[in-house]
Amino acid sequence: MNKLEKVKIMIDGLEIEVEKGTTVLEAAKEVGIHIPTLCYLKNVNEPSSCRACVVEVGPRLIASCTLKAEDGMNIKTNTKKVREARKTVVELILSDHKRECTSCLRNEKCELQSLANNLNIRELRFEGERTRAEIDYSSPAIVRDIEKCILCGRCIATCSNVQTVNAIGFINRGFGTIVGPSFDKPLADSVCINCGQCILACPVGALYEHENINDIWREIENPDKLVVVQTAPAVRVALGEEFGLPIGTRVTGKMVAALRKIGFDKVFDTDFAADLTIMEEGTELIKRLETGENLPLMTSCCPGWVKFVEHNFPNMLENLSTCKSPHEMEGALIKSYFAKRMNVDPKNIVVVSIMPCTAKKFESQREELSNQQMQDVDYVLTTRELAQMIKEAGIDFVNLKDEEFDNPFGEATGAGVIFGATGGVAEAALRTVFELVAGKDLDTVDFNAVRGIEGIKEATIELPNGAVINTAVINGLGNARKVMELIQKGEKNYQFIEVMACPGGCINGGGQPIVDKETRENIDVKIARSKAIYDEDKSLPIRKSHKNPYIKKIYDEFLGEPNSHLSHQLLHTNYVAREKF
Amino acid sequence: MEQTQTMCCNCGNQQDERNDKLNELIQKYRDVKGGLIPVLHGVQEIYGYLNEDALKVVSEELAVPMSEIYGVATFYSFFSLEPKGEHVIRVCLGTACYVKGAQQVLDKLSEKLNVEVNKTTEDQKFTLEASRCLGACGLAPVIMIDDDVYGKLTPEMVDEILEKYNK
Ligand code: SF4
Ligand code: SF4
Ligand code: SF4
Ligand code: FES
Repeated sequence: MNKLEKVKIMIDGLEIEVEKGTTVLEAAKEVGIHIPTLCYLKNVNEPSSCRACVVEVGPRLIASCTLKAEDGMNIKTNTKKVREARKTVVELILSDHKRECTSCLRNEKCELQSLANNLNIRELRFEGERTRAEIDYSSPAIVRDIEKCILCGRCIATCSNVQTVNAIGFINRGFGTIVGPSFDKPLADSVCINCGQCILACPVGALYEHENINDIWREIENPDKLVVVQTAPAVRVALGEEFGLPIGTRVTGKMVAALRKIGFDKVFDTDFAADLTIMEEGTELIKRLETGENLPLMTSCCPGWVKFVEHNFPNMLENLSTCKSPHEMEGALIKSYFAKRMNVDPKNIVVVSIMPCTAKKFESQREELSNQQMQDVDYVLTTRELAQMIKEAGIDFVNLKDEEFDNPFGEATGAGVIFGATGGVAEAALRTVFELVAGKDLDTVDFNAVRGIEGIKEATIELPNGAVINTAVINGLGNARKVMELIQKGEKNYQFIEVMACPGGCINGGGQPIVDKETRENIDVKIARSKAIYDEDKSLPIRKSHKNPYIKKIYDEFLGEPNSHLSHQLLHTNYVAREKF
Repeated sequence: MEQTQTMCCNCGNQQDERNDKLNELIQKYRDVKGGLIPVLHGVQEIYGYLNEDALKVVSEELAVPMSEIYGVATFYSFFSLEPKGEHVIRVCLGTACYVKGAQQVLDKLSEKLNVEVNKTTEDQKFTLEASRCLGACGLAPVIMIDDDVYGKLTPEMVDEILEKYNK
């Protein structure tokens, strides 16, 4: 390997040596000098357009985020000229920004707010024309408030380059520029798949989830309603962050306690249904392997991915597993099996899912996901919304005593837990398929080949009966598109594909706590949260879905067997082809 | 009656012809870097405006996302996303015209033609546009229909002028 070339530069009087190609922004960081940025999102969005990061190089002011360090450069980051230029940049942005920090969803988590504060902006010298636009509430998942948009382009780059969904872009020019879907359509009528990655990318409060907090309070207040909540695996490893706990802290027990304090009548675990999904999907896989039809089997628990297939690969809808996603299965069972057991009219049951995900909000409203004119799930709240409710209720979260989930949907195995991490569904399915085919127990339950946060992983697994499963585990839709195109060209051949729309899987879902850009540059959030997921898996006594005693019970008492008629009616679904544009 | 029929027929032919032209255009630029802008110019020439269905074909064939195409189409003012009528009426709303009652003239036109500003009449005959200063302030208020200039207008004069184009 070539020895890396070094260059010597001077920053604020300090001489440093950095690798050639390093930006001035990164070089400064190495010596502990902080330069503010706004439009810059490392490796995703580097348009050098906002100029919040200017530094003095000789007589000139240059944006440091994309400026490559060159031998002999003399850089100043803290001069009157620099400070004033940055102030002007931010003041100009603020002059066309709907400033309502106290009632903004991103209050205290807004990069513009903290930058204005750090730059000591106390009065605005410019007051000019304001962009006016209605808030776009059309989508059940994502809300767009153009009046707060600072046109940094981070959402567009994320949606186009990372996710390859291309739902939004810059429209018009000059002062009239806005961000939105083509033909100025409402977001709900676009190809947006509701992943919410744009929310995580947005530095301000211009993009956020379609909130349902007040709906939940209203249902809880209603004495006629039995309000039941279930929580996805990825929520418990991230919720603590909203209360100052380190990234990667597991707060399962506290979360359960908080949900009871909020006033939910039953607190269930979606992981139970994840185990059920494995039984159903594993059986489906074994059947498809036998008949050779509709392979590869593609997972269907991520509604972002499902909608992506519906828009972009409608000729492969048959390959999607017909299984509903776990929380939808659980909702369907709550309104049938559980309602019967409790002797309550299912119409009086409200099912709320706490999810790391904004796409689940859209999913829960799909008409395919209902039974006898009742939606399986009534409301979906994101991890962030739950944190908000806990705060609103005045609960001292950090000091809560651990509590346990309610049964019958409270018991889950490690296999159900790892659904929250990329590769988790595949691993859980393999654990079960392997033993079902072998007809005996296995010692090894860890399929390490499918773990890890890389975008595309492949593994070949030979089943005890000699059948071979070529598996691809994918996270991030840009990666999924690549693999799908290879499959369509016949260059790849798989039997089983797991896809999670969000980079890193649900642990990094669009409904998870916002982690500011600087923390993200220092800690890999995906690794920290997924480690917590696998720790939880390890900590559970049962780690294979088909060994969950409550799963056995529900098949014995109610469903019969996996893929039975009743299972199909309650736990399976179908998909629709959607327009490509 | 007969006339209407022939028109319909032509319409169909025209459609095919346009599609052929669009395909030709795309073939020409398919592998050309920066081919999007010339293709959009071509589409506008063929259809008179950037027709949504044609843009879908362009997006598919050139493998450029629609979000990007729409961005370009709205960035440059010479692209139009609305079909243009046979005649384009531009009403100057520059300061001079405005103070001399251009808005009333515009309102009258809009009412008379039953069309919103920056839209085209249903029969595709007129497009009504509000425009920046047309540079004929001495004649304020001014409108232009295609290349003809009409000055010192009052709302009452609108009927007579439109007559000429309604033949
Ligand atoms: S939610 Fe996902 S698909 Fe929709 S605009 Fe945002 S990034 Fe794009
Ligand atoms: S919506 Fe947010 S991320 Fe997108 S351009 Fe506006 S400020 Fe930037
Ligand atoms: S990966 Fe998970 S969080 Fe992201 S869209 Fe899919 S289900 Fe939702
Ligand atoms: S952060 Fe450097 S120009 Fe925006």
